[in-house]
Amino acid sequence: MIKAVPKPLEEVLGQVKDFTKVLIVGCDGCVTVCEAGGMKEAKVLASALRLYFTQAGKQAQIDETSLTRQCEKEYLAQLSDKMDIYDAVVSLACGCGVQYMAEMYNNKIIYPGVDTCFLGVNEERGLYVERCQACGRCILAETGGICPIARCSKRMLNGPCGGSDAGKCEINKDIPCGWELIYERLKTLGQLDRFEKPVDPKDWSTSRDGGPRTIVREDLRI
Amino acid sequence: MRLQYPPNVRIIEVPCTGKVDIMHLLMAFEYGADGVIVVGCLEGDCHYSAGNLYAKKRVNRVKEILDKVGVGGERLAMYNLSSGMGGRFAEIVREITEKIMELGPSPIRVATGKATGPIAEVTT
Ligand code: SF4
Ligand code: SF4
Ligand code: FES
Repeated sequence: MIKAVPKPLEEVLGQVKDFTKVLIVGCDGCVTVCEAGGMKEAKVLASALRLYFTQAGKQAQIDETSLTRQCEKEYLAQLSDKMDIYDAVVSLACGCGVQYMAEMYNNKIIYPGVDTCFLGVNEERGLYVERCQACGRCILAETGGICPIARCSKRMLNGPCGGSDAGKCEINKDIPCGWELIYERLKTLGQLDRFEKPVDPKDWSTSRDGGPRTIVREDLRI
Repeated sequence: MRLQYPPNVRIIEVPCTGKVDIMHLLMAFEYGADGVIVVGCLEGDCHYSAGNLYAKKRVNRVKEILDKVGVGGERLAMYNLSSGMGGRFAEIVREITEKIMELGPSPIRVATGKATGPIAEVTT
């Protein structure tokens, strides 16, 4: 899922300090799972802002809510009757959610409350690690289920490189070498013959090429 | 054992400090507490194994928030005591009350005009 971290409180404070009515909107999707932008974080941020405004002697209305997902219009529309009350909104969704909200509420000032980081897994609570870079043409079938794009620091398709040292990547001895992982997994699967023929150059046209990517699924559209 | 501690302290009991949520601490300050202490078992002695370690992290996070919003992180503290340390508990409460007296009423209570005398909250 999408992984994010809360923005530093001082950054959010700096943005909203001159408003008097601010709505904090959490998202119950990805950002709830990594504890960066769910209802809980919305409550904490709202409380912190209320404390800030109160101690500064300023009358302010700071409210919080959370939507099932901010990357869908139907859920964003649930805010439509209360949006007028607020001068500014802090969205705790990923960058997609923030933008979609800004698009729907065109005349409203919307601030991002999290820094969106990557697509990753929860290794432990509070430890999230990147696993996929959404390249648009998945090659996990050839690489033992381990992604060389996300997990080889050089995104090599025919690794490992000469910098692989005792299972670690040369850029940092704490980072496992993606290709060492691929080798070990293919060995376990009895598929080491994959290393005997080079992987063809990857078609990157499905990745960050040609501007924002779009998926059109005619089978789903009416 | 009858121990004297200052009467302007309100004790809120919880089964384990692991139950103390960030929002409980923040709300105490929103409602105008001048200071809050969280008192848990000794580290390694929590009956639920790590409740007091979670509490410590939450307390630290809230201290940081209080600093950034101008309330002051020094108004919140965590202590670890065993159930046999009642004397030390009373002493800590006295010390913390004195410290809060020195700091004066919380800026929240001053701003909302509710400042009459200091209130301290203790969570055990
Ligand atoms: S808005 Fe972002 S964080 Fe929320 S569900 Fe959609 S993708 Fe996940
Ligand atoms: S190959 Fe592409 S789609 Fe598959 S895991 Fe790697 S980055 Fe993601
Ligand atoms: S039982 Fe968890 S802190 Fe005492």
